[in-house]
Amino acid sequence: MAQWEVVIGIETHAQLSTASKIFSGAAIAFGAAPNTQACAVDLALPGVLPVLNRGAVECAIRFGLAVGAEVAPKSVFARKNYFYPDLPKGYQISQFELPVVVGGGVVIQVGQGDKAYQKAIRLTRAHLEEDAGKSLHEDFHGKTGIDLNRAGTPLLEIVSEPDMRSSDEAVAYARALHSLVRWIGICDGNMQEGSFRCDANVSVRRLGDEKLGTRREIKNLNSFRFLKEAIDYEVRWQIETLEDGGTIQQATVLFDPDSGETRTMRTKEDAHDYRYFPDPDLLPLVISGEWVERVKAGLPELPAQKRERFTADLGLSDYDATTLTANQETAAYYEAAVAAAGKPNAKTCANWVMVDLAARLNKEGRDLADSPVSAQQLAGLVVRIADGTISNAIGKKVFEALWNGEGVSADEIIEKQGLKQITDSSAIEPLVDQVLAANAQNVAEFRAGKEKAFNALVGQVMKAAKGKANPQQVNELLRKKLQG
Amino acid sequence: MSLTLEQVQRIAHLARIEVSESEARTTQGQLNGIFQLIEQMQAVDTRGVEPMAHAQDVSQRLREDRVTESDRREAYQAVAPETEASLYLVPKVIE
Repeated sequence: MAQWEVVIGIETHAQLSTASKIFSGAAIAFGAAPNTQACAVDLALPGVLPVLNRGAVECAIRFGLAVGAEVAPKSVFARKNYFYPDLPKGYQISQFELPVVVGGGVVIQVGQGDKAYQKAIRLTRAHLEEDAGKSLHEDFHGKTGIDLNRAGTPLLEIVSEPDMRSSDEAVAYARALHSLVRWIGICDGNMQEGSFRCDANVSVRRLGDEKLGTRREIKNLNSFRFLKEAIDYEVRWQIETLEDGGTIQQATVLFDPDSGETRTMRTKEDAHDYRYFPDPDLLPLVISGEWVERVKAGLPELPAQKRERFTADLGLSDYDATTLTANQETAAYYEAAVAAAGKPNAKTCANWVMVDLAARLNKEGRDLADSPVSAQQLAGLVVRIADGTISNAIGKKVFEALWNGEGVSADEIIEKQGLKQITDSSAIEPLVDQVLAANAQNVAEFRAGKEKAFNALVGQVMKAAKGKANPQQVNELLRKKLQG
Repeated sequence: MSLTLEQVQRIAHLARIEVSESEARTTQGQLNGIFQLIEQMQAVDTRGVEPMAHAQDVSQRLREDRVTESDRREAYQAVAPETEASLYLVPKVIE
């Protein structure tokens, strides 16, 4: 069987977090009653003219800076012509030849643990455009209902190069982009409400081939799970088709989450012919270097910069730093924990956030935002492990207690539940003697050279001490007694 | 460059304009006349000249991101051919 290489490029529509529409002063609040947010411009009544929203342009500048792209000093709006009732003008105002953002890229992390790897995905461009309205096809006496509230909502369409080679990479890219647009505050990222949706261009080619295979575009994927499922299905289908001696026709397809399959919406023959041309109603958009500088000064520390700082200043691995900067909430939580626990405990804090806390949140399907354990509480716990007040194992108990609200701080729980580590040798020694006397067989095995028997004895002592004995001291005492 | 009759008919279809064969032929002649003018212009050497996006050499005025429009649905829908449940009704379209 031939080896196949998968090639994926992604187009993302991010709805910009402005107060008003891109070319009119109508509101864009979600869930408003139909057509209450559609003004004369959005309805394309005769004589209206578009006036560009400064806020939408600023979002595009922020994005351009955040992905290291060129913010075009001059860009042009174009008309994309097609007829559909939810597009009253008969054209969508978009950008074609001269987009506002050119180039740039994002770094993605794929896989977990040892299998994790990083990859840079290049961006082709990002451009500003308006959204269309909504068609409701329920039966209105054989007619279609139109809600134009969404018409004119500002979108940033972000186009990647075909740099992804698996559905996992595609999902990692979409997640990285999703986190970034929220991070810089240009999009709320609400996928259910359609604020962030992806189209995936998928093709396959025989490994080693230079030429790209024919691509099919999967439209409107509004969850990471659907993105993965749709690509996986599409790739299997394309490979099977080619291996059966068939050919791939360029097409636009839709993913049906219920069947898990993609189906053709239109083929190349009936592909739209949009006849783009510069919109004479809008003058070229000029963005001064001074404006770009001003926006730059107002940007928060970006994920890439934070990642760099976490490795350089806090001594974290690339993997840890990338995981902790995957989204702003995690990064903020982690930084608050380190601020409270101190820099020397940065690595321990990272482990607790990435492993114990993440697992617990995951188990209950909760977001970090509603974690019952605050960053300060977690830091208090980490400090008590670091200074030897409690062992790591007892730490997990204290974490559970914090999670369940059994106390307001690690200190209170340690005190109330008597979890303080026993470091007094005179208190540990009788326990060791007891265990040695009661486990003659283990002792004999150890003396016969079985190291495993020693671990069993340590376990017995820890059990007798209810987990509170300092494990290192138990080790030392046991060894001394057994050798003595 | 000149347009074929099929191209003229396709453009008419894209613009949703119904043309008879004789209208299409007349239009073909007119459009090709325009193309001759364009060909004359294309003979001019424009190397080093920046393509023009607009006839006036000015840039786009921007407006502040503020909601300035209030709900005037009732007035707009009063002149619509048909509405129901606050929606504009149009002939059924399913792509």
